[in-house]
Amino acid sequence: MYIDTAADFEIRDYLRQEMMPHFLCPGCGHGIALRALLWAIHDLGLDKDKLAVVSGIGCAGRLSAYIDANTFHVTHGRPLAYATGLALARPDLHVVVITGDGDCLAIGGNHLIHACRRNLKLTCLMLNNEVYGMTGGQVSPTTSETMLTTTTPLGNQEPHFDACALASAAGAGFVGRDVTHHVPKLKELIKAGLAHPGFAFVEVLSDCTEIFGRKNDLGSSPEMIMRQKSEIRPSAYRDTVDTPFRANDLPTGILAQNDRPEYGAAYRRAVAARKGAL
Amino acid sequence: MNAVDTALTGKSAVKLISGNHACALGAIAAGCRFFAGYPITPSSEIAERLARQLPEVDGVFVQMEDEIASMAAVIGASMGGVKAMTATSGPGFSLKQENLGYAAGAEIPCVVVNVMRGGPSTGMPTRPSQADLMQARWGSHGDYPIIVLAPASVAEIYSETIRAFDLAELCRSPVVLLYDQVVAQLSETVALDNAPASRPERKWASGPRSAYKPYAGDGDGIPAMARPGAGYRSHTTGLTHGEDGFPTQNPEAVTRNLSRLFTKLERHRDLIDAWETLNCDDADVVIVAIGISARAALRAVEQCRAQGLRVGLFRPITLWPFPEQQLRRAAAKARAVLVPEMNTGQLRLEVERVLGGLPVEGIQLFSGEAIAPADIAARAAALARGS
Repeated sequence: MYIDTAADFEIRDYLRQEMMPHFLCPGCGHGIALRALLWAIHDLGLDKDKLAVVSGIGCAGRLSAYIDANTFHVTHGRPLAYATGLALARPDLHVVVITGDGDCLAIGGNHLIHACRRNLKLTCLMLNNEVYGMTGGQVSPTTSETMLTTTTPLGNQEPHFDACALASAAGAGFVGRDVTHHVPKLKELIKAGLAHPGFAFVEVLSDCTEIFGRKNDLGSSPEMIMRQKSEIRPSAYRDTVDTPFRANDLPTGILAQNDRPEYGAAYRRAVAARKGAL
Repeated sequence: MNAVDTALTGKSAVKLISGNHACALGAIAAGCRFFAGYPITPSSEIAERLARQLPEVDGVFVQMEDEIASMAAVIGASMGGVKAMTATSGPGFSLKQENLGYAAGAEIPCVVVNVMRGGPSTGMPTRPSQADLMQARWGSHGDYPIIVLAPASVAEIYSETIRAFDLAELCRSPVVLLYDQVVAQLSETVALDNAPASRPERKWASGPRSAYKPYAGDGDGIPAMARPGAGYRSHTTGLTHGEDGFPTQNPEAVTRNLSRLFTKLERHRDLIDAWETLNCDDADVVIVAIGISARAALRAVEQCRAQGLRVGLFRPITLWPFPEQQLRRAAAKARAVLVPEMNTGQLRLEVERVLGGLPVEGIQLFSGEAIAPADIAARAAALARGS
């Protein structure tokens, strides 16, 4: 099913080695997601000089500093807005956004829905670890119900956001989700997102072992990754298997794809048409 | 073709336009090729005009989802190497502050127009004010340098908008263009053909990647920027960074980079400073004013002089950094200083600081009206007569 290109993928070619060791905690899923992203970039043969990575604030936001590309670590919640300006001003660049669940869905929620609606060519990689890890483990918009965090000592009573449903409803050109358990599959999903001509939203279910895992007694990283695996519903099976999935199961794979006009190209076409008419 | 003909044919030369339209045209003349904005009174004409005009010069206009996103998109475009601007008014200016601080700290050139309307909060959207003087200087958190220009006429909005872009590029700094609703929506004639075709650009990185230091300062305190796509693949962050651009909390590296940042504008005051004096040489009373209040003060000076009273005017055009030395010189013989402004005394605070010891009196009007020349003349005359 997958073309395993791991053999010719050397991750060090895409990392700033002078930034090592990285600052992620042992067991954190973000490094796996970063590997999948860089592998996808490698598979597509994207030029690092023409690659721009814009990231927000939080653990996910720190990843841009490790990537050997044009990288911009901006303000909390705003990477999609910065990336919109960069991509409109420089259509020759391939602009990727790395964001977290708090960055993207709470403080940056408005930018996400309008980025989906606008459908400018950007690839948004949202690493969902269900928690504000950098600030010490507060509840986030994707924290599962009943989970303990430092700000939900009685267990979370708020329903969690389904980011992919939100992105689909807002009109994103490409929407997908996967887990860190399936790295080649995650890589293929990110590749499809990077290759999509419009706005691509890819959610990665990551794990925060040190803070969220500890607080909820979810075990070590392998156990947390297996928990995520037990909750997912690969879209390939969705219509064929009547499954005993849990009530809060999350569909994975490519969840939405459309061919709505890409905004930047549409704008440039309108400009060219007006100039031609003058 | 004479000026009237060219005005009629719309090609160039002298036009009768409002301050906001002059700002939009000044931006185009300065090389602005990206505008992101959000509708807000009384600045929206700038966005509307640029939505029409930017496509004509292969620029990009985008209306973003909010004020915060507009500021962010402008910085994003400038990080891509394109001259960029946004425009707003009071409430929107408040929302832009966090990202404005990012532009100051990461040293990303950009121009932010703030058309001052009555405040606080939603205030008086269609009425003038001059109450954002301190916010323009100190609005974002943490210490940072910023340039603020305060034009007083439609023609000056045009020329100062051009200068704002030049300074943003040369100093790698955000520049705020600060003017009140009166000059924003006042229509006056302006000569549009006084901008040289080629404008200054920021210092771009050159030489080998291995030798490039994104925040090294290069002798004059202003670092060269790496244009994305040019092979440098550098990192930009709002975290405190070292010369290599990567986050650091090493006290020596932090102190070195922030010291350069905090002093870089002082090293370029010859480029930045702009002011105007009128009849200050022998003045017993110096009036200090900006924007539409300076226009009223100008008339007041004429009225006082007609009565034989030695009254002068000092008008900062660059408001921040404040033209301290120039004001001290202008007020060298003054016995009193009068500061008329449409707020509760923000400019007066700075004038008192600079002229320490000299009696400084204010005229403060925050009713949503401009200050009348007669009110300034009456108080200036009284001060000149020693009462």
